[in-house]
Amino acid sequence: MPWAFQAEGLVKRYGKTTALAGIELAAEQGSVLGVLGPNGAGKTTAVRILATLLRPDAGRATVGGFDVVRDAAKVRRLIGLTGQYASVDEDLTGTQNLVLIGQLLDLRTPDAKARAVELLAGFGLSEAAGKQVKTYSGGMRRRLDLAASLVGRPEVIYLDEPTTGLDPAKREDVWSMVRSLADDGVTVLLTTQYLEEADALADTISVIDHGKVIANGTPGELKRVVGGQTVLIRPADPADLVTASAIAGAVADRQVESPARGVLTVPVDGDAAFTEIVRRLAQERIAVTELSLRLPSLDEVFFTLTGHHTQQEAA
Amino acid sequence: MTALAEPRLTAPARIEPRPFGLARHSLALARRSVLKTLRTPEQLLDVTIQPVIFVVVFVYLLGGAIAGDTGKYLQFLVPAIMVQTVMFGGMATGVNLNTDIGKGVFDRFRSLPIGRSAPLIGSVAGDLIRYVVAIVSLLVFASLMGFRFQTGVGSVLAACVLTTFFAFCLSWVVVLIGMVMRTPGAVQGTAFVIMFPLTFGTSMIAPKDTLPGWLQSWVGVNPVAHMMEASRALMLGGPLGDHVVWVLVWSVGILAVFAPLAVRAYRRRT
Repeated sequence: MPWAFQAEGLVKRYGKTTALAGIELAAEQGSVLGVLGPNGAGKTTAVRILATLLRPDAGRATVGGFDVVRDAAKVRRLIGLTGQYASVDEDLTGTQNLVLIGQLLDLRTPDAKARAVELLAGFGLSEAAGKQVKTYSGGMRRRLDLAASLVGRPEVIYLDEPTTGLDPAKREDVWSMVRSLADDGVTVLLTTQYLEEADALADTISVIDHGKVIANGTPGELKRVVGGQTVLIRPADPADLVTASAIAGAVADRQVESPARGVLTVPVDGDAAFTEIVRRLAQERIAVTELSLRLPSLDEVFFTLTGHHTQQEAA
Repeated sequence: MTALAEPRLTAPARIEPRPFGLARHSLALARRSVLKTLRTPEQLLDVTIQPVIFVVVFVYLLGGAIAGDTGKYLQFLVPAIMVQTVMFGGMATGVNLNTDIGKGVFDRFRSLPIGRSAPLIGSVAGDLIRYVVAIVSLLVFASLMGFRFQTGVGSVLAACVLTTFFAFCLSWVVVLIGMVMRTPGAVQGTAFVIMFPLTFGTSMIAPKDTLPGWLQSWVGVNPVAHMMEASRALMLGGPLGDHVVWVLVWSVGILAVFAPLAVRAYRRRT
């Protein structure tokens, strides 16, 4: 498979601050690359270079084989960009925003209008099509923004923290959209601060810190490195703690811990262990008030990979 | 929600480039600018209320002293203050662009395959509607106060078109300021510092021969002064002289220097 985009040794400095210190990113055509990192790791800078908005100080990047600096105009015909902040015009209506972008992409006006109608329908915005964007909710804006970056049927789309600030239901919406994009053969670069999100969507994850890739691989590979998932059990009756602990320990074949009163956690290697724990708890008729399978947080991932926490990064 | 219910809604496809891109893209962006102005009519306050206030203040405060009669002074002032009104209206282009450029929507424009100058040309061209509003509201109000054209429709229209063209060219100076300054407030402040000597260092308020010698020299070279005299001649009659030639030479010169500088500043701004 050819690379849909590729960045090699990208360096970007702002005065004394080094935003990117030789970053390498690449995605195969039609795949989803998750770029995982805390605030200030260089995610947005990398996206801006790949979107031809910034020139790198060193290194090179190509999209569809075109250099982002020398062939910027050709790259711009292949890409769509959705920033962290909605990049649509608040004073215009949803339709006007999309038609304008269609016209700027060289669609004939009737085609631009037809494309706007079909995208607004696809993103559940038909009813709001004639309303000014300033009247839209946060979730609606995000959807319009995504629609705006899809007007030109791009081959590569950059989604810079597309779910930041969205509530869980809206986040699910964005996730399902990302999956449909991948199904349609669009290559997606998704930046995120949540391992859970990268795990749910990405074919490959690059973890970045201080403008460098510190880990790279499939979600499975990454989880093996950072310790995989943890099952959390909170029995309804504290008297069941001992039995529940025995079940969890036996299934996972690991040490069960109790990080808080009435709560048990145990690391597991695969989803099957979770199902097995659920089955055995049911068999023993142990009622639970909380039972979840969770991934390590970004902070835990960083602690495992770098030995320090993300909060210290920011400081 | 049924996201992307229709399959292949987002399947990649190339759009073939069409000719005359810069003109088409600039026009589409000018339309955006006009739509924004119409959606937020309060943005037109500076070209509707402000000229009215200027006319009232000058005519009733100074008219008697300068011309001995407010009616006579109104005739003297209106063709000239029309130029100032339209120029001040052009200042908003720089301020608006400075505000606009910080928003995400300009990132989107930058990531599209359009000419780098298209967003600037679009904004400046779209603001021509502000000039039209300014001219119409000023002339309607002046007529109500008693102002009367002394020439034909053709001459009056020529004065309006020449003023608009002149202000359009001059607005590229403000666009450059808008690209260089960091905040809209700084743009406004800097633009005022430049606009004041240009608009008041003229025969707008008082006849040129009443001014001190050094100021008369400035009025002699100031393109705005030539524009105001041309406007007077076209609306009230009287010798047109070489004013129109000076206005055209200055306009084209300013456009040729400042438009490329503004586009360059825009490209450098990230």
